[in-house]
Amino acid sequence: MSELSVNHLLGIKYINKKDIDLIFETADHFKEVINRPIKKVPSLRDITIANIFFENSTRTKLSFELAQKRLSADVISFSAAQSSVKKGETLIDTVNNILSMKVDMVVMRHANPGAAYFLSKNVKASIVNAGDGAHEHPTQALLDSYSIREKLGDVAGKKVVIVGDILHSRVALSNIYALQMQGAEVKVCGPKTLIPRYIESLGVTVEPNLRKALEWCDVANMLRVQNERMDVNFFPSTREYAQQYGVDKALLDSLDKEIVIMHPGPINRGVEITSDVADSQQSVILNQVENGVAIRMAVIYLLASKIQ
Amino acid sequence: MNQKVLLNSKEVNIILNRLACQLIEKHLDFSDTILIGIQPRGTFLAKRLKEILENEYQIPNIALGYLDITFFRDDFRRANKSLEANKTQIDFLVENKKVIFIDDVLYTGRSIRAALTAIQSFGRPSGIELLTLIDRRFSRDLPIQPDYRGRQVDAINGEKVKVCWVEQDGEDGVYLETN
Repeated sequence: MSELSVNHLLGIKYINKKDIDLIFETADHFKEVINRPIKKVPSLRDITIANIFFENSTRTKLSFELAQKRLSADVISFSAAQSSVKKGETLIDTVNNILSMKVDMVVMRHANPGAAYFLSKNVKASIVNAGDGAHEHPTQALLDSYSIREKLGDVAGKKVVIVGDILHSRVALSNIYALQMQGAEVKVCGPKTLIPRYIESLGVTVEPNLRKALEWCDVANMLRVQNERMDVNFFPSTREYAQQYGVDKALLDSLDKEIVIMHPGPINRGVEITSDVADSQQSVILNQVENGVAIRMAVIYLLASKIQ
Repeated sequence: MNQKVLLNSKEVNIILNRLACQLIEKHLDFSDTILIGIQPRGTFLAKRLKEILENEYQIPNIALGYLDITFFRDDFRRANKSLEANKTQIDFLVENKKVIFIDDVLYTGRSIRAALTAIQSFGRPSGIELLTLIDRRFSRDLPIQPDYRGRQVDAINGEKVKVCWVEQDGEDGVYLETN
């Protein structure tokens, strides 16, 4: 078996198709493990992992913690709100202090794009990016592709539309990289104000009309409107957004084929998608969450095997 | 590389039949017994034994599973090559069942040590036995011995015992390879 081409997972941009295949194969094994009566393996007994979250997170943090515990790693978790960061400590100092307690791997979420990359150049530990600003969120993109592969058999040749707030979304960027690397076709759809100006340079096309986008695609990944990152109004009202870019059951039923609905969470029910869509057979939102643990186990396992 | 034949196809099949009979002696109708092939190479032996038990001794419905021990090994990050996982396929609980681990070669005993831990994820068996086609004497790192053995082989550490199966390698046979 080959190993990952990288020592850190900083973004999908930095890995290749072989890495993705290896992560998926390994995740298949871990998915079987987490469905056993006893869902734990002892592989990472001698590894200590710090989860450092400078931004709020529920799902990702829990998912990482669970993945680490299922691999028997020792885990320390830390939220910036209760830390010395508030007292003016720099990022490198904070992390080096944690590492001097003999930590082997750092999983970090940070509001600044490039924070994980910066850290990987300056500290001695394996770094996993759990989201850096509007840049990348690699494990989310991996679990999204993995869920598509599980539902539709393969990612290659599939048509995926990413709907919503592309401008503020690290999930969108990582997904575009990951999907294209695996041979899928990607469109983005959303209000013009939330589509980055030069997005076509990534090889995606923009479809401003939601119905047309859904008629084209096999999979629709509905992103959350990131109100917390919006300092000005990007659209007149939430109600208007929901009318233009929200998916409801009537819209889905009016399409001539059945498409897969994904959402990275947390859902604003009634904005991006209505409740009946979120809870329908076509939605794989909860599968995404389950797959998230398997994918993160695979990533951590494969990176840990490279720690000297 | 030198290769010496330890067992040819005919001898392998005689031994498989003998091992099948020894299993019947102890487990009769296999109603409480589960065969577990250790991934990767123990699965061929396990499947073959099940076939013999079913076809030649008319014992139906023998439970057979495959156990991968990769994540339970004690040489993670210590081995020179990365560890390759295989599929675990155990669709039943082993709670209160008699489990027979089946592997092609017993060498250091470390794989079986890992398997003993791994099987606990599927319940608490009432007992575990070990069947191996080849038992490499004098090579054990751990106090683990087979309950059923095909052939005992004396090989030094630089030598490799290779078991070939029709399904995978085109013919049955056991070889001793020296570099």
